[in-house]
Amino acid sequence: MPRVTYIAVTGDRKTVDAQAGESVMLTAIKNNVSGIDADCGGACACATCHVYVDSSWVHRLPPMSDMEKGMLDFAPGIKPNSRLSCQIEVNGDLDGLIVELPRTQR
Amino acid sequence: MQKEGSGALERVVIVGAGHAGTAAAMQLRNLGHAGPIDLVSEESEGPYHRPPLSKAWLLGKTNTAAIAFKSPEFYAENAITLHLGCRVGSIDRKVHAVQLADGRIISYDWLVLATGSRARRFPGVAVDGAGVHELRTLSQAEALRKALRPEARVLIIGAGYIGLEAAASARARGASVTIIERESRVLARVASPAISAFFETHHRGHGVQFRLNSTIAAITPGSARGWAVSFNEGGVEEFDLILVGIGAQPNQELAVECGLRCEDGILVDEQTRTSDERILAIGDCSRRPLPLYQRVGRLESVANALEQARVAAYVIRDRQPPAHEVPWFWSDQYDLKLQIAGLSFDVKHHITRGDADCSHFAVFHLNDAEQLQAVEAVNAAPEFLAGRLLIASRKPVDPEALADPGKSMKEIAA
Repeated sequence: MPRVTYIAVTGDRKTVDAQAGESVMLTAIKNNVSGIDADCGGACACATCHVYVDSSWVHRLPPMSDMEKGMLDFAPGIKPNSRLSCQIEVNGDLDGLIVELPRTQR
Repeated sequence: MQKEGSGALERVVIVGAGHAGTAAAMQLRNLGHAGPIDLVSEESEGPYHRPPLSKAWLLGKTNTAAIAFKSPEFYAENAITLHLGCRVGSIDRKVHAVQLADGRIISYDWLVLATGSRARRFPGVAVDGAGVHELRTLSQAEALRKALRPEARVLIIGAGYIGLEAAASARARGASVTIIERESRVLARVASPAISAFFETHHRGHGVQFRLNSTIAAITPGSARGWAVSFNEGGVEEFDLILVGIGAQPNQELAVECGLRCEDGILVDEQTRTSDERILAIGDCSRRPLPLYQRVGRLESVANALEQARVAAYVIRDRQPPAHEVPWFWSDQYDLKLQIAGLSFDVKHHITRGDADCSHFAVFHLNDAEQLQAVEAVNAAPEFLAGRLLIASRKPVDPEALADPGKSMKEIAA
């Protein structure tokens, strides 16, 4: 099972098992990781599942769709390593992925 | 103004565990509410996202765990008592208590009504979940999913969000689809004519048949197992299943029976307060002020449910609620994402940006002071998000800039 680590604003780390094929957002919800609101439930419509991807992983993720780019462009606190976690599907290649959560979500 | 400790152990009872009710419970905990929270739901499933029901659920591409708001453990860990499969029978405002249909009584310090809305019934047609369907709940979506066999002939009554989203899903499943709508265009209540025309064309391209300006004269059992539907403008057609998607009405009966002021929705102020100072109402069931538009209205949307839930939690915690949000909506159909911000009241000018032929465009609606009232964006996130900021800011917008794709939305919204 691929594992994903979430780093909270407080610096607390939580590493959880992910189901391959499910998103980084859904993995967080299923494992009670706070800091990901996901108001729209993963439809790429709300930008409340914003995460910062650890620098060692940024280039190993599949590229962003135009919709994800467009949504992130106006998200608060955007950085070059920003992604919407509902749009990142976890699979074996992403075992060990580390993402940081932004201050704006709880 | 935060008054730490005030009302810390007050008991909050929330009726309804949809987006609004569940978000209110979560927000209360986020804001440090330490008293008991009871979340009462008629449904037997734990709280879940409704928007996927008409899309991923009908396509068999999701499951209950994937559409749950939270893990099952979340509620216990946050001391939120979930009462599933429980209907509230009545509210006693004098003693501050609700009585459940099974006779149990729960007293409250604050009562939050988040009872939602229900599908409007089509006169003379009984929804049985076998031949006639509606689509509001998980169990209804599951019944419809099972009935959507590839050879099914489907009649959808109503060309609103539910009807069009279900049509797209039914076509993807291989069913044949006819949509009947009494108005002259699809999405007539929620979108501008340009958007309606675009979506109608797109659906026709996917093989959906439309009967616009059309009404049903009678529905009778058909020759085989289906239905014979006769239309007032003439003609009879047979269908295997019927989906009724003709809008929703607020679940306000509990409020009416205990004497709260209602008028097509439970009337609330900007702080979600009803006519009883200890009872708040949020989400689809409430009729609320729309401060940007100097009106009141009922908004059926996830965004509205979440906004009002947040406000209610702040009110209970005796803190100043955050600023008003611009109403927004979304709909996914085929490869199209429609995102709407604002409401098209008092609109004088319509400006189109982008190219409808490429399925990437937006329509902006300005009032006579050239303030943005609403934007409808198709596969156009920057237009939607910048539009939301512009609507909130109330500053006049240059129509020529909006129409110029060379000017970025960031520049225009700056």
